[in-house]
Amino acid sequence: MNHYPLWKNLLIVAALVFGGLFALPNLYGDDPAVQVSAGRSGKIDLALMGQVETALKAQSINYKRVDMQDGRLLVRLANADVQLKAKDVLTNAITGDYTVALNLAPTTPGWLAAIGAEPMNLGLDLRGGVHFLMEVDMNAAVKQALDNYASEFRTLLRDDKIRYQKIQVNNDKVVISFRSDEFRQQAESKLGNEFSQLKATVIDDAAVPSLEMRLTEVALREIKSLALQQNIITLRNRINELGVAEPTVQQQGDSRIVVQLPGVQDTAQAKKILGATATLEFRLVDTEYDVQDAVNGRVPPNASLYHHRDGRPYLLDKRVMLTGEHIINAASTIDSQSGTPAVSITLDGKGARAFSNVTRDNIGNPMAVVFIESKTETKIVNGEAVKVRRLVPEVINVATIRDQLSKKFQITGLDSPTEAYDLALLLRAGALAAPIEIVEERTVGPSLGQDNIDQGFTSVIIGFAFVLVFMVIWYRVFGLVANLALAANLVFIVALLSLLQATLTMPGIAGIVLTVGMAVDANVLIFERIREELRTGNSPQASINAGYAKAFSTIADANITTLIAAIVLFGFGTGSIKGFAVTLSLGILTSMFTAIMGTRAVINLIYGHKQRPKLSI
Amino acid sequence: MQIMKEGTHFNFMGKRKIAAVLSILLVLASLVSLFKQGLNLGIDFTGGTIIELAYKDEAKLDQIRTTLKEGGFDDAAVQNFGSIRDVLIYMPVIATKNMAELSNEVVAVLQKDSEEAIDIRRVEFVGPQVGEELTEDGGLAMLYALIGILIYVAFRFEYRFAIGSVVALIHDVIITLGVFSFFQLEFDLTVLAAILAVIGYSLNDTIVVFDRIRETFLRKRKDEPLEVVNNALNDTLSRTLMTSGTTLLVVFSLYLFGGTVIHDFAIALLLGIIIGTYSSIYIASTVVLAMGVSKADLMPPEKPEGEEINEDGSQV
Repeated sequence: MNHYPLWKNLLIVAALVFGGLFALPNLYGDDPAVQVSAGRSGKIDLALMGQVETALKAQSINYKRVDMQDGRLLVRLANADVQLKAKDVLTNAITGDYTVALNLAPTTPGWLAAIGAEPMNLGLDLRGGVHFLMEVDMNAAVKQALDNYASEFRTLLRDDKIRYQKIQVNNDKVVISFRSDEFRQQAESKLGNEFSQLKATVIDDAAVPSLEMRLTEVALREIKSLALQQNIITLRNRINELGVAEPTVQQQGDSRIVVQLPGVQDTAQAKKILGATATLEFRLVDTEYDVQDAVNGRVPPNASLYHHRDGRPYLLDKRVMLTGEHIINAASTIDSQSGTPAVSITLDGKGARAFSNVTRDNIGNPMAVVFIESKTETKIVNGEAVKVRRLVPEVINVATIRDQLSKKFQITGLDSPTEAYDLALLLRAGALAAPIEIVEERTVGPSLGQDNIDQGFTSVIIGFAFVLVFMVIWYRVFGLVANLALAANLVFIVALLSLLQATLTMPGIAGIVLTVGMAVDANVLIFERIREELRTGNSPQASINAGYAKAFSTIADANITTLIAAIVLFGFGTGSIKGFAVTLSLGILTSMFTAIMGTRAVINLIYGHKQRPKLSI
Repeated sequence: MQIMKEGTHFNFMGKRKIAAVLSILLVLASLVSLFKQGLNLGIDFTGGTIIELAYKDEAKLDQIRTTLKEGGFDDAAVQNFGSIRDVLIYMPVIATKNMAELSNEVVAVLQKDSEEAIDIRRVEFVGPQVGEELTEDGGLAMLYALIGILIYVAFRFEYRFAIGSVVALIHDVIITLGVFSFFQLEFDLTVLAAILAVIGYSLNDTIVVFDRIRETFLRKRKDEPLEVVNNALNDTLSRTLMTSGTTLLVVFSLYLFGGTVIHDFAIALLLGIIIGTYSSIYIASTVVLAMGVSKADLMPPEKPEGEEINEDGSQV
């Protein structure tokens, strides 16, 4: 007699109900939707919802309904054409700090959503979109930090009357030269006290007394991780400005960032905005020295030579009045006086204070707006391709300070409305802490995404059907039971993927298909054992018992080794391979449950109560 | 229905010398091909750009080639992909160009030349450095998988079994790679994943056989090792064929219906499963035999009291 205790049967039923519920949302499709989300100053409220509905009705666009959830509005629409139209309408109709983006809204019924059941996420290869891997230029980050230190050194040494000759950033260190040893010693103790992040070393063989300031390991690591974090924030802001629904921006390793933009098609625009390094600097024009002298190579120590877009040279003060990081808002407009494209700028408190102080002290002096862009060029040096990154600063505007400027003002001198628009976007989103470069791109168009879903689905169904038929032919009733377990296994995999909110990719589907093939292995092992036991003349009940018992350790061993391979795959994997590893591992785990406990429960129910049943195997 | 008549008695191990020669020849041939022409590595490993485009009507490859050449993309390789309307453009890494923007430039040039809108199906760009890292990581992943398995099998069975299973796995991997090299099938990241999956699968098979060998050793006290291995192989034969059969069926459905993207992935799995099934019968067991395994090696070590040992010697 083979009976499962009641709790085991109940456990199986409970697991099935649970799995079924959480797998269920995947049967409902998606609605094409337009999503409206708010920026810093925008608010998602009923008033906005009314505005959205009025705008859509005015253009007689039919929508299913408008939901307010997770701090955004979702307008559900009938199909992709209407979706595009609605997006255009809303982009024009909604003013203020809002982002309008295309999205897909799952049609999960309310009662399922209430228990937390959601459909699994579809990977970019299934729904279309772009995947970028970006590398942060850490050398540039370090150099920039050193530049900042160098400028702090200048101020400090000048304030303390420690005379130095030159302060120079040289690869990974700042080199300071002095007139005398005495000054060098003073500087060494002063800087050593003030800057614990740098280590001072005396250069012995230098022509003049010199000091070398190098970053400590800890400081170096900190700079790099800060640059990475800052870049991630900036990229997020920029993506929000672009209007992408559900983007992913994640750190990968210690110098890379993964950016995934579902549904984005215009990759050229995305690349331009994401990788852009443009920022602004405000500097005073140096009026003490002659520009022409500087052009001829005699640049005074406290100034640098810049060029205007039209080629005119300017001598600007080395100290920066204001950098782009203090800008909290920027909008492209048209300058009312000149009728040229302009950007109106709002500063944060600190920036506004500093800026108003400097402008107050310099009324009547000219000030320059410098537009800085970093450009990468690849040059062949000694037969090897070397990437050279250059900062290209351009003076876009020089104007005399007439008034004390503070929180809000306007800059002009931009080439086109597009440039004004892009610059405003970049200023709003913040500058990158260090330049980034796209080192990997994977874009899947929507048509291929749909094909992948269809083909993936077909191959799962057909593979599944093959196995079902095969099993019934070979093992008859036992085969049917194994098929039930296999179906339950599929449900469990889908339920777990949904529960974990894992992302289903094409290789993930392949993992499921492979699992379907391999999951029956446990049942094959058990059934073959039962047959053997029957052949040796054991009673049916004893054979069932022995079959399950003897096959168990084999099944466990076999599955654990496969699991090892899957885990290695996961550890090694980039995005899509991880998907394969995840579904394979989940499938192995759930199959242990369904193929051993699940089938046993059913077999017990069919044969367990009979004295000498005739097994259909 | 049963595949095998009850109690088959194939003398597998009697033919182990023939199998060994065959395997050695296949491995050698694979190695020669791998060293001579290498693998046809995809852009995942070499770096480069692929662009898959779909035209409304038949794509005119010659025209596309000319347009690209005139646009300054001399290195572009153009071919059909899947159907006559689909085009695959491959561009190698060009040191002096900004590779990240290359795909947009190529599409812009082609779009200008075409009256109808071209559907961009897929763009993949992998920087040369990322490719190098993937190659290294991929090799390491395979190594780690093998080491992990070696340790597990040595722990659960005995070191000879561990070596036997790993030899079989290396055998499978080399021959699968060899076929990819010989036919110059494209080897990309998904194929690497498939090979790692094959490692898992083939091992699954081997473990089942080993489990039975151990059991048979402990049960039939008098038999010669050769006879024991033969018995174990026969006992597990129908299971081996059944499982391989079902797995092959589903992978075949993946191959037929899964679309072009996982075509190579499915081929690698098909190959791997066939070779893996063969190797778990012939290679793994042959190695174990050759290393002189005996019943004494498999006796469970003295256990502290209180631990339960099943009658078949396995411990659950």
